[in-house]
Amino acid sequence: MANPAAGTAVSAEPQGLESIVADFSSDQRAFKGVPWGKPMMWIFLLSDTFIFGSFLISYMTVRGSTTVPWPNPSVVFALEIGGRSVPLLLIAIMTFVLISSSGTMALAVNYGYRKDRKTTFWLLLATALLGATFVGMQAFEWTKLILEGVRPWGNPWGAAQFGSAFFMITGFHGTHVTIGVIFLIIVATKVRRGDLDHQRPGFMTGRRGNYEIVEIMGLYWHFVDLVWVFIFAFFYLW
Amino acid sequence: MAHASGHHMEHAAAAPIVHEKGQQHPLGIYFKIWGLLFVLSVASYLVDYFHLQGMLRWSLIVIFMLLKAGLIVSVFMHMLWERLALVYVIVVPPLLLLVLMSIGAFEASYTYLTRGEFFSPSVQAPEKAH
Repeated sequence: MANPAAGTAVSAEPQGLESIVADFSSDQRAFKGVPWGKPMMWIFLLSDTFIFGSFLISYMTVRGSTTVPWPNPSVVFALEIGGRSVPLLLIAIMTFVLISSSGTMALAVNYGYRKDRKTTFWLLLATALLGATFVGMQAFEWTKLILEGVRPWGNPWGAAQFGSAFFMITGFHGTHVTIGVIFLIIVATKVRRGDLDHQRPGFMTGRRGNYEIVEIMGLYWHFVDLVWVFIFAFFYLW
Repeated sequence: MAHASGHHMEHAAAAPIVHEKGQQHPLGIYFKIWGLLFVLSVASYLVDYFHLQGMLRWSLIVIFMLLKAGLIVSVFMHMLWERLALVYVIVVPPLLLLVLMSIGAFEASYTYLTRGEFFSPSVQAPEKAH
């Protein structure tokens, strides 16, 4: 950008909406200066947004259409601590675990671009461990509810649709977290081995490895946290 | 490091598309957002803990949810610093879900009323007595 020769040519770079029109009507690529992997991941996440959006909207529709009272999530997901029932305790802890993993992930992306291999590796590993903890707590929650008699077709407390919405939404989210943990371990291993520093091509690709894949991994991971924000609000708190 | 910056310069000179070293921002902003997300999560948990009800409950839940989502997308996912073309391509299409949401809401209230009309025992009983 500091190049004076280029400066005159780019001086009238459009701003705002005009820049979008200019980008899309230009040659070769619309997303200027964005590494190709990032829009790819974003477009995948966009499609995933529609999947989770459809789940949450169908949950809203069945919950709104049933004449049987909806089980109170505050009571259903309460935990007994010292003889006292604390509402939503496990879910709150899960929320904090997932937010913390998002924090370590954001730091990992930052240290990755500094090419600090060791710190990036440990931060990615911490993210994976927090993600695995989340999945573990979710398995505990599922077990507890199944033992209490919750099924996709019914439950002891009210509207039958509660179980199907619960298993579908949290199950799909948990699957995403699990895939993310596997993905994180793969990226962490690549970082630790120095694959990205030495630009070794990855699995199933001839393209050279670089630290952008840590940021792309991060996009996926933050998305999983983002979906949980909506599930927490609409399913557990509503 | 010398190699990396040399490579960067060469890249900048060769192509008009300048690659600004990926997304590199001071660490402080991540810690601040992290802290804010914790505070907002505690706040939304407290909404349930103190058994707030009605419009107050729903509006607080939605406000905290949207704030959290906004912080994650804009800072953690770097949307704040992305090119506008990418931001619009990703952020605008999900608004279509609002259409699906309204359709779902209409459908739900219609089904609810129909069920109340035809299947609810309390509604059927007086009709038979009549």
